Amino acid sequence: MSTLVFLEHDGSSIPKGALGVLSKAASLDSDSAAALVGSGVRELAPEAARFGAARVFVAEDPQLEAPLPQTRVDVLSRLVQEQGFDTVLFAASVLAADVAGGLSARLDAGLNWDLGDLVIENGELVGKRSAFGDTILVDVGWTTTPRIGLIRSGSFDPAEQSSAGEVIDVDVAIEDFSTAAALVARDQEEQAGPSIEEADILVSGGRGLGSPEAFSLLEELAAALGGAVASTRAVVDSGWYPYPTQVGQTGKVVSPKLYIGCGISGAIQHKVGMQTSQTIVSINKDPHAPIFDFSDLGVVGDLHEIVPKLTELVKARRG
Amino acid sequence: MKIAVCVKEVPDAGPARRMDPDTLRADRSGDRSLNPFDLNAIEAGLRLKDAAGDGEVVLVCMGPDRALESMRRGLGMGADRAVLITDEAAAGSDLVATSYVLARALEREGADIVLFGQQASDSDGAVLWSAVADRLRMPVISQIAEFDVADGRVIAKRQTEFGYDRISAPLPAVLAVSDAVNEPRFPSLKGIMSAKKKPQDVLSLADIGVEPDRAGTAGSRTTVSALSPPPSRGDMQKIEDDGSGAEKIMEFLLERKLV
Ligand SMILES: Cc1cc2nc3c(=O)[nH]c(=O)nc-3n(C[C@H](O)[C@H](O)[C@H](O)COP(=O)(O)OP(=O)(O)OC[C@H]3O[C@@H](n4cnc5c(N)ncnc54)[C@H](O)[C@@H]3O)c2cc1C
Ligand SMILES: Nc1ncnc2c1ncn2[C@@H]1O[C@H](COP(=O)(O)O)[C@@H](O)[C@H]1O
Repeated sequence: MSTLVFLEHDGSSIPKGALGVLSKAASLDSDSAAALVGSGVRELAPEAARFGAARVFVAEDPQLEAPLPQTRVDVLSRLVQEQGFDTVLFAASVLAADVAGGLSARLDAGLNWDLGDLVIENGELVGKRSAFGDTILVDVGWTTTPRIGLIRSGSFDPAEQSSAGEVIDVDVAIEDFSTAAALVARDQEEQAGPSIEEADILVSGGRGLGSPEAFSLLEELAAALGGAVASTRAVVDSGWYPYPTQVGQTGKVVSPKLYIGCGISGAIQHKVGMQTSQTIVSINKDPHAPIFDFSDLGVVGDLHEIVPKLTELVKARRG
Repeated sequence: MKIAVCVKEVPDAGPARRMDPDTLRADRSGDRSLNPFDLNAIEAGLRLKDAAGDGEVVLVCMGPDRALESMRRGLGMGADRAVLITDEAAAGSDLVATSYVLARALEREGADIVLFGQQASDSDGAVLWSAVADRLRMPVISQIAEFDVADGRVIAKRQTEFGYDRISAPLPAVLAVSDAVNEPRFPSLKGIMSAKKKPQDVLSLADIGVEPDRAGTAGSRTTVSALSPPPSRGDMQKIEDDGSGAEKIMEFLLERKLV
């Protein structure tokens, strides 16, 4: 195997998820390489070496500054072809998924996504993927090389090791259409109040609340329980609740003692942010909502009826 | 303004969502409907056409022939035309093959905007648009929560792991919208009545110039080799709220010493 791991970064650090995939790759192939693509990213190379990269390919160019996918497809497709990598791995993210998809088309290379594990069976790389809302585990493979894999968030932890981390510069050549899309602004929302990652109890609300006003029901329950309020991307994108409260792939990963999901369907991208909660209770009016597949207690019903009653019961108990 | 919307037919949500253990493909025997996430893309297309004052919204799908019935829901919402690519040789297409077939079909349409939904509910891939955009050599913006089109450009807001980005791109462009971008309309009675009469092209791979070895299993690069049940989460209970739901939750929390 000769593996290349794409390392996303925010300019100053590499997310844990990407380092985890790199460490996993190093455990399967001691000669694993990493790709750092951007502007001013060379200084991140030692970090890549620390978590398993024998070689670090650095592509630096002002055109690569914006974290947009298509320029990265140009860089990676050349690199994979010139160096003959047979496997290219990504930690799932909005950027990584778009890069992986574009690379798959550019190289006519098979892409398997949502992989929770990678193993070698009979000398072949096999991906373990859960499908259909995690109701089934599937073994997936590739018929040709290069093989492309997108790893589900949180699957592998970074493991420190001392790898050579030889830095190699990459020539950058970018297609015209790849720079057509341009980043206009990046808004980072400031955190207000305590982080949901610290709360022992989270009362979380989704689109089933029906309106931003209904979040007050959850705030009252959270106050009675001594917890905090969390949310889904659907309500954050709709402007109902602030981004720092969002749980999931593009939000926070939480593992409280108790997670009460109200009006949340339980999409995979939400689940990856809360599945390690010790106890999960959910209220949803759709008996087939996927969240019931991973709730310790699921109540099929209307949250507008149940939540206020529960708040009263908790208050009465606490006196 | 010409808008193409890529839509997929998927198994209905609910207990029937499963894989066929014999073919190792999605079980397509149960009830089927349009991928719910694609309704947001259709709605976005209809609003763009309305705002532009003229144009056309074309639904493009690769799938089995009865997918046309699911596509009628989109025609009922107001889309003008449906194009279904259906072929025995396209069955079992993975991302490489599907993106190739759709790109060939989309090239014939020459749309100013190609819209996708947030994800297919039976694959949760959320990757197809960028493969198609690469083949069409068009800019792509994904996970769009809000967007505007003006003066031949699109400007879009979308969420990533780092917060919100605003991205701008010239048309033609490929756009994938999130399920929060709008509230899809329901087809009106009049819409449903007229849907059947709207143009519906059913095309084979040969019709759109796709070589048989670029589609289906032959054109695919990935395989599925085994199925197994996932590890269980232990004891789980699901109850129907009969008015005592809150009490039941309270009992459960007390039992687990969580209050
Ligand atoms: C790349 C990517 C990243 C993503 N990242 C995230 C992420 O970080 N976090 C995240 O949450 N999502 C994320 N998503 C989106 C995710 O796929 C879902 O779209 C989203 O989680 C749905 O949010 P929801 O459950 O609030 O809404 P819906 O899916 O609309 O669910 C609402 C639920 O409320 C129920 N309901 C309605 N009325 C009531 C009532 N009165 N009482 C009780 N129940 C009711 C309905 O039955 C339904 O199940 C991501 C998607 C992609 C493609
Ligand atoms: N067979 C298909 N035909 C047309 N469009 C599709 C097809 N499969 C997926 N799509 C589109 O691609 C989006 C993302 O699908 P996926 O990457 O499979 O999750 C969907 O929301 C649809 O807009």
